[in-house]
Amino acid sequence: MGILKVRNLNKNFGGLKALNEINLDVEEGTVHAIIGPNGAGKSTLLNTFVGRLVPDTGEVNFDDQPLLNRQPYEINQMGVCRVFQTPEIFGELSLLDNVMIPTFAKRDGSFVLNGWGRMDRETDVNDQAEHVLEDVGLADQRNELANSLSRGDKRRLELAMCLVQAPRLLLLDEPTAGMSRADTNNTIDLLKRIGERGITKIVIEHDMHVVFSLAEKISVMAQGAVIVEGAPDEIKGDPKVQEAYLGGAHL
Amino acid sequence: MLGLSRKDTTLLLIVLALVVLAPFLLNPFPEDSELARFNAGYPDLMQRFVIFGIFAMGFNILFGLTGYLSFGHAAFLGVGSYAGVWMMKLLTVNVVPAIIASVAVAGVFSLLIGYICLRRSGIYFSILTLAFAQMSFALAYSVLTPITAGETGLQLSLNDPRILGSSAVDGTIPATNFFGIAMRDGFEWAVGGWKFTFNFGYYLCAVIMLIAFYISIRIFRSPFGAMLRAVKSNQQRMNYTGINPKPYTLAAFVISGMYAGLAGGLMVAVDPLAGADRMFWTASGEVVLMTILGGAGTLVGPLLGAGVIKYFENIFSRLNEADLNQMFSGLPDGLQSAMVTVAQMFVGDGWLLTLGVMFMAVVIFLPGGIVEGGQRVAGWFRRKSGTEKSGKAAPAASAAE
Ligand SMILES: Nc1ncnc2c1ncn2[C@@H]1O[C@H](COP(=O)(O)OP(=O)(O)OP(=O)(O)O)[C@@H](O)[C@H]1O
Ligand SMILES: [Mg+2]
Repeated sequence: MGILKVRNLNKNFGGLKALNEINLDVEEGTVHAIIGPNGAGKSTLLNTFVGRLVPDTGEVNFDDQPLLNRQPYEINQMGVCRVFQTPEIFGELSLLDNVMIPTFAKRDGSFVLNGWGRMDRETDVNDQAEHVLEDVGLADQRNELANSLSRGDKRRLELAMCLVQAPRLLLLDEPTAGMSRADTNNTIDLLKRIGERGITKIVIEHDMHVVFSLAEKISVMAQGAVIVEGAPDEIKGDPKVQEAYLGGAHL
Repeated sequence: MLGLSRKDTTLLLIVLALVVLAPFLLNPFPEDSELARFNAGYPDLMQRFVIFGIFAMGFNILFGLTGYLSFGHAAFLGVGSYAGVWMMKLLTVNVVPAIIASVAVAGVFSLLIGYICLRRSGIYFSILTLAFAQMSFALAYSVLTPITAGETGLQLSLNDPRILGSSAVDGTIPATNFFGIAMRDGFEWAVGGWKFTFNFGYYLCAVIMLIAFYISIRIFRSPFGAMLRAVKSNQQRMNYTGINPKPYTLAAFVISGMYAGLAGGLMVAVDPLAGADRMFWTASGEVVLMTILGGAGTLVGPLLGAGVIKYFENIFSRLNEADLNQMFSGLPDGLQSAMVTVAQMFVGDGWLLTLGVMFMAVVIFLPGGIVEGGQRVAGWFRRKSGTEKSGKAAPAASAAE
């Protein structure tokens, strides 16, 4: 069943066609990769899913409900969580707080006036957060400030912030950029493991190792349009993809 | 204790002890000594310490946690004091209804203003709050004079109805009181050369300040407090993580407005006169200074900042040339007059220069305010005395965070 349906999406920035008649179907429980050269419009496409950007025309449906013209927090509450290309975390807060906050959001909704509780006595939320921090391998740094992390670790923290919410759709914009080879492989393993929990994922990646380790379906974007779509094996040999990547150096 | 961690309980008890013993601590010099002019243990000054402490503490919940810098919080203090005086005119000179009304009215007013101003952030938010406060100030002087009594200031009179009390007692306006104990009541205690004053009004304000401080600790440690810090840190992430930052910020704004109203209510409880000048922008700026000077985002910082500024405002501003001549009288003639000339710039009307220099020094060298200074000193001691005793100095310093 299609969990995300994108129909005829268009967005112009001045004269630039950033999104050009995009159609996309993401099947529930699968990993769908979006690849393409820099400036192809991949991040812009995700922006329209999470309420950061309103497209000029077109539709985006999640679980048969329209996503467009909703506030970002409403979209998250529907079960969509995004890891950004440049990490968006609470830099001045501890790692534990960083993960506890999304856990509260999942438990309490978009607003609850809980001014009388105590962070260190919210054992359920604490445990969940600790657990996910262990999953991503950051448990030892739980009391450090998020700003002190390396770029790769920040991205893992952001991933933890999404995972703790057990979203139905996880949007990953270059989840391994800035990570060492070892960390990249850890992240691949982690994403595979959470795949078993039935979370649908859209992954934008330049690292083809990651793409071919994870993806069940790949959409290739170039200049705002989806030029090819198919299973990893089909994509590998496609001449149009080779061309988009300037002779296929990446593949 | 009271749902606080051990660290926070210690902090609360330290503040409690300081507040209870303030009449002694602030009067360390014998009455007839040279230094007696540096004593600050007078009822009205001690009242100001705790009242402005409440004001700054509330301001800190907004500014320290969410980072939204309001330049109009004096408006809520002003509105609170008008509401308080009206209660004492209409109902009774018992201060309880007055204080409750001050908090409630300031709360409603801040809900209204916060709702509008929080549509913008950063400098635009600050300008909007400033504009609203100046507007309130101007209105209090013009069209609202029937309510505010304009330049004279709103005060009690013999013709007030006071339906729950009496308009006049023995032909005079009755004294503000707490179930019969007058605010100005108290007693003095003279031992040796010292004289200590214990004033009921001060202790009532102090108890309320302690309650406000306790609430502030609870908020700081709560999930709500974490959300407010998240607002300051990254509103984008909050949004994409399923949280609507707006109601959180508005709640912080209203809470801090209510603290300001409480401060205004206590001011008129101890001295039943409300004037529009309390809403002037300088008063809004002062609470910003107090909070930053003490340490924005820390628990005790605003209290310390309020204390320091009120101390300088009241003690330094009173020193004059004669005082200085006397203080430096031990020095050779030429040096004495030089010292007096220099020092004179910083006292009397020049106290604002002292404040300015102090404020700049803090912002440049101690961005975390006096609290950060205290933590650094505690850090030195810890390093000097080795790791064994490290547990001792640490809690007080870090509890203040
Ligand atoms: N808010 C914006 N205003 C104007 N132009 C934009 C905006 N956002 C993106 N663009 C432009 O749209 C095009 C697509 O950008 P996008 O970030 O989606 O590319 P991408 O495929 O994610 O590339 P990369 O792999 O480098 O992340 C780029 O040319 C970019 O400059
Ligand atoms: Mg991108």
